[in-house]
Amino acid sequence: MNLRTPLIAISAVAALAAPAALAHRMWMIASSTTVSGTDNWVTVDAAVSNDLFFFDHQPIRVVPTVTQPDGTAGTVENHAVGKFRATFDVHLTQQGTYRIGAVSQNVFGSYKLNGESKMIPRGTTADKLASVIPAGATDVQTSESLSRNEIYVTQGAPTTTVFKPAGKGIELVPVTHPNDLVVGEAATFQFLLDGKPAPDLFVTVIPGGIRYRDNLKQQDLKTGADGKVSINWPDPGLYWLNVTPNRPREEGQGGPGMGAPGAGSPQGGRPAGPPQRRVSYVTTLEVLAP
Amino acid sequence: MQIRLTGLTVTALGASALVAGPAAAQALDLTVTIPRLSVAEYHRPYVAVWLEKEGVAPRTIQVWYDVNKAGGEGTKWLRDVRQWWRASGRAMAFPADGVTGATRAPGAAKVRLVGGRGGMPTLSPGNYTLVVEAAREVGGRELLRLPFAWNGSSATASGKGATELGAVSLTLKR
Repeated sequence: MNLRTPLIAISAVAALAAPAALAHRMWMIASSTTVSGTDNWVTVDAAVSNDLFFFDHQPIRVVPTVTQPDGTAGTVENHAVGKFRATFDVHLTQQGTYRIGAVSQNVFGSYKLNGESKMIPRGTTADKLASVIPAGATDVQTSESLSRNEIYVTQGAPTTTVFKPAGKGIELVPVTHPNDLVVGEAATFQFLLDGKPAPDLFVTVIPGGIRYRDNLKQQDLKTGADGKVSINWPDPGLYWLNVTPNRPREEGQGGPGMGAPGAGSPQGGRPAGPPQRRVSYVTTLEVLAP
Repeated sequence: MQIRLTGLTVTALGASALVAGPAAAQALDLTVTIPRLSVAEYHRPYVAVWLEKEGVAPRTIQVWYDVNKAGGEGTKWLRDVRQWWRASGRAMAFPADGVTGATRAPGAAKVRLVGGRGGMPTLSPGNYTLVVEAAREVGGRELLRLPFAWNGSSATASGKGATELGAVSLTLKR
C-alpha cells in the first residue's frame, strides 16, 4: 500500500493515524531561555509547521502548563491563538528552571456497527473510551497517543526540580542541563519511557532556520542501553529535538510510519486487540556560542 | 554573598585552595581599557572580571553593570556577558559588595583589589587565568584571557582586545 497524499491516506489509515500534527513538527520557542535578574517575563510562540521555526501552518491551541522551580504550578498569561501560532507569556519570579509544556493524551480508532465503519470521535481520552463505543460494535481498533511537548527556561542558575519524572510517556532527565548548552561541548540527555531508562529511542535533532538553507542538517541518533544520548551542536542557535520509539517517517511519506510496534496493515479485518500506543517527546533547545 | 558552581562553594575554596594564609596583603592592580567607539548608539559595556584556577570554582572579582537602574532592572542584561554568566555570574546575587559597580566610560579604568577584601581572594601560589569579558548593548562582546603564574611575590600579565576591549593588564604584588 502506497499512500502518497493525506487525502487518500485518511480513509484507510485514520484508524491508526496520529493527529495531523504528527505529519508536521510541533514546537514552542521562548523569547529567552537564559535570563538574569529576579523578575522577568518570557513570551512563547507555539506552533505546528514543517519549517523550523517558522509559523506557517497551525497554532498549538492547547493552553500549556507551567511548572516553577519550586515545583508549584505557574500561570500562563495572555494566551492568544492566532491563525498560525499561539502566544503566551510567563512571569518568572523564582530563581531556577521553569518547565513550560503540555502533554496530550488521546485515543484514535474505529469500530464497525451493523456493517458500517465508524470513527471514534476526536479528542476522546482513554477513560472515556468505553462510553463512545456502543454495544454490539465489532472490529474495534484503537491507538492511544501520549505526546509531550515542553521547553525549559532558567532564571539565574539552572535547577532540576522540574525534571522529576511523572512516569508517563517519554521524559527527559538532564545529564547536561538543557539550559546550559554551548557549542563545542557535547550534551548528554537521558530519556525515560514510562519512568524507566529507554534504550533504542530515535532522537532527531534539527537546527532552526530551515528556510534559509538547502541541507536539513538533521542528526539521527539513538539512545544507548541506559537511555542516554550524546548530542553535538555544530552552531549556536535553536534546535528542535524529537524523540520517538520508532523510526520517524521520511519527509513526504504519508504512511503509518510512526505506528506503534506491531502495528499491522490498517487494511483488512484486523481483529480487535489491545490498543496500539504511540508516545513522543519534543522540545526546543537553545545553544549559545562559547 | 554565596557563589556556587557545580556543588562547590567558592567561599569554602577561599578558605583552602585559593588562600595562602595570613600573609601580607596582596594587591592586584588591574587596568581595563574600554575603547572609544564611533557608533550611532553607544552604551557603556557590561564588564565582568574573574579568576580561574584549575580544579577550583571560578571567582568573580569585578562586575560593572547598570547598578543604579530602578528596580534592579540592570541585572536583566548580565546574562549577555555570557561566558562569565555561565562560569560564575548566575550563581551570584546582585549587587555584590566589593564586586559590583557602575559601568565605566571609555578610557583606561584602573582598579586596585586587595586580597581578602571584597570579592578578591588571597591567592595561594599557582597558575591562574584572569578573564575579562565585555558585552555592550546594541554592540558586540569580547573576552580576553590573561594567564599568570603566582609565585607569592609578583606576577604580571597583559593582553589587548580587538573590538570591545582595549589593553588589559594586571600586576599582582605582595
